Amino acid sequence: MNATAAASWRPPPFLGTRRRQNLALAAAGAYLAWSVSTLDIDANRALAGFGRAADLFVRMFPPDFSRWELLVRGMTESLQMALAATLAGVVASVPLGIAAAKNLAPRPVYLAARGLIVVGRSFHEVIIAIFFVKLFGFGPVAGLLTLSLSSTIFLAKMLAEDIENVRVGPIEAVRATGAGFGQVVAYAVVPQVLTRSVGTAIYRLDANLRHSTIVGIVGAGGIGQSLSASFSRYDYDFAAAILLAIIALVALGEWFSDWVRGKMR
Amino acid sequence: MALAREEAPPIGGARRLLAVEALAKTYRGGARALDGVSFEVTRPEVIAIIGTSGAGKSTLIRCINRLVEPTAGRILLGGTDIVGLGSGELRQARRRIGMIFQEFNLVDRLTVMEILLSGRLGSVGFFASWLRRYPPADVANAFAMLERVGLSGLHDSRADALSGGQRQRVGIGRALMQNPDVLLVDEPTASLDPKTARQIMRLIGSLAQERATPALVNIHDVALAQGFADRVIGLKAGKLVFDGPSAALTPDVLTEIYGAEDWSRTIRRADEDEAGA
Repeated sequence: MNATAAASWRPPPFLGTRRRQNLALAAAGAYLAWSVSTLDIDANRALAGFGRAADLFVRMFPPDFSRWELLVRGMTESLQMALAATLAGVVASVPLGIAAAKNLAPRPVYLAARGLIVVGRSFHEVIIAIFFVKLFGFGPVAGLLTLSLSSTIFLAKMLAEDIENVRVGPIEAVRATGAGFGQVVAYAVVPQVLTRSVGTAIYRLDANLRHSTIVGIVGAGGIGQSLSASFSRYDYDFAAAILLAIIALVALGEWFSDWVRGKMR
Repeated sequence: MALAREEAPPIGGARRLLAVEALAKTYRGGARALDGVSFEVTRPEVIAIIGTSGAGKSTLIRCINRLVEPTAGRILLGGTDIVGLGSGELRQARRRIGMIFQEFNLVDRLTVMEILLSGRLGSVGFFASWLRRYPPADVANAFAMLERVGLSGLHDSRADALSGGQRQRVGIGRALMQNPDVLLVDEPTASLDPKTARQIMRLIGSLAQERATPALVNIHDVALAQGFADRVIGLKAGKLVFDGPSAALTPDVLTEIYGAEDWSRTIRRADEDEAGA
């Protein structure tokens, strides 16, 4: 390597050639400019929104906790939905997660389980909730089923990826003792994925607390249903009380999951 | 401390403990790792398998308990051909084959006692093992084993709290908890310092001797192989190129196995080696 080559060295472009990279950046810039121009941003409309927001916040204050029984019932329903759905998700995700792990499951089982996960993950909770509300009517049953299903899919995906990342050495060693499939899982896989899986389950509980307030908006029970109703009746002061309660619940969930993760090594 | 064996050790002059016949393994993609390897083990002895990286040492011992599926050939353990066993019978056969690994292959979060008892997994049911309810005799044997490998008092320590040498002692204990008819040992010392390596080789040698269990040991360190093995098998590009007593390892033989080098400083006699350790 001579001195001039060393002086002019630059890292290789990440898109093959420097010319191609510049073209790609220019195209991205042009697309951004075009998409902003088609958004039809109307300054007057935006300003009117600010005015309405001010009005809304004024009417929200002070929050009205006088219907606290309704609030507590809704919150309890949401919390129960989140807890039960997380538990159901944890239980159901174990077989699905093992089936979706490339290094443990036979190829056809793996493909079927992965397919199920891909399909399940392509629908947002709200869409699944609309579907279950159609099937089972308004109320918490639809919400519970929604969150259970989406938790199962999510936790199974995370579990499968953790299983695929375990060290193969211990699996080989346990298999070499003449252990069966279940014993290999219990002795070589579970100890390697347990800590992360508990962490994932706690995270999902936290997420379910938030989701449980959302699915109510499409009629699947919980506090979301009361929130949606209060907005459509212009009961903004009661809506404010509900929002504060949701913030408190989510903060509590966050604090709890931090605490549990701190306890685990 | 001697551990009670469940059955009389299968010692016997001409009886074949283990026979490998024309064993071949071709990996998907065409790499030929083993090419017609045959040898017999007729008495309990420590057999070092030497050869360059990629010569097929790991494949050879992994074929014996079928962690790697052989392409052709037979493996006879006490008269049973292991190649071709169904999964249930294979599990039964694996119980009789103990294995020790280079990277120890312990699960970090399990305790020493759980790992030792995992050597009994082939003999206990799923729920008993899951709930850690092992037969009292197994637990008693495990404590005796802990003492024998020099780890008394560490039964409830987690594997990730141990040093490299201690971890390998746990690995040895796990393999011997199976009461194996043969020990497969894959590079037991490659992750250890020279002094610990010698202690570990000595422990494997003495355990193999007192339990009359033959041991096949893959090893890179020729001096260590000579010092602790009774017999040496040399592999080169998947073929067996040497099989003889370790005293018969000459510079010519090493050149045949590894290629040209100055081997005069590598070869030492076993007694010198022992004195130096």
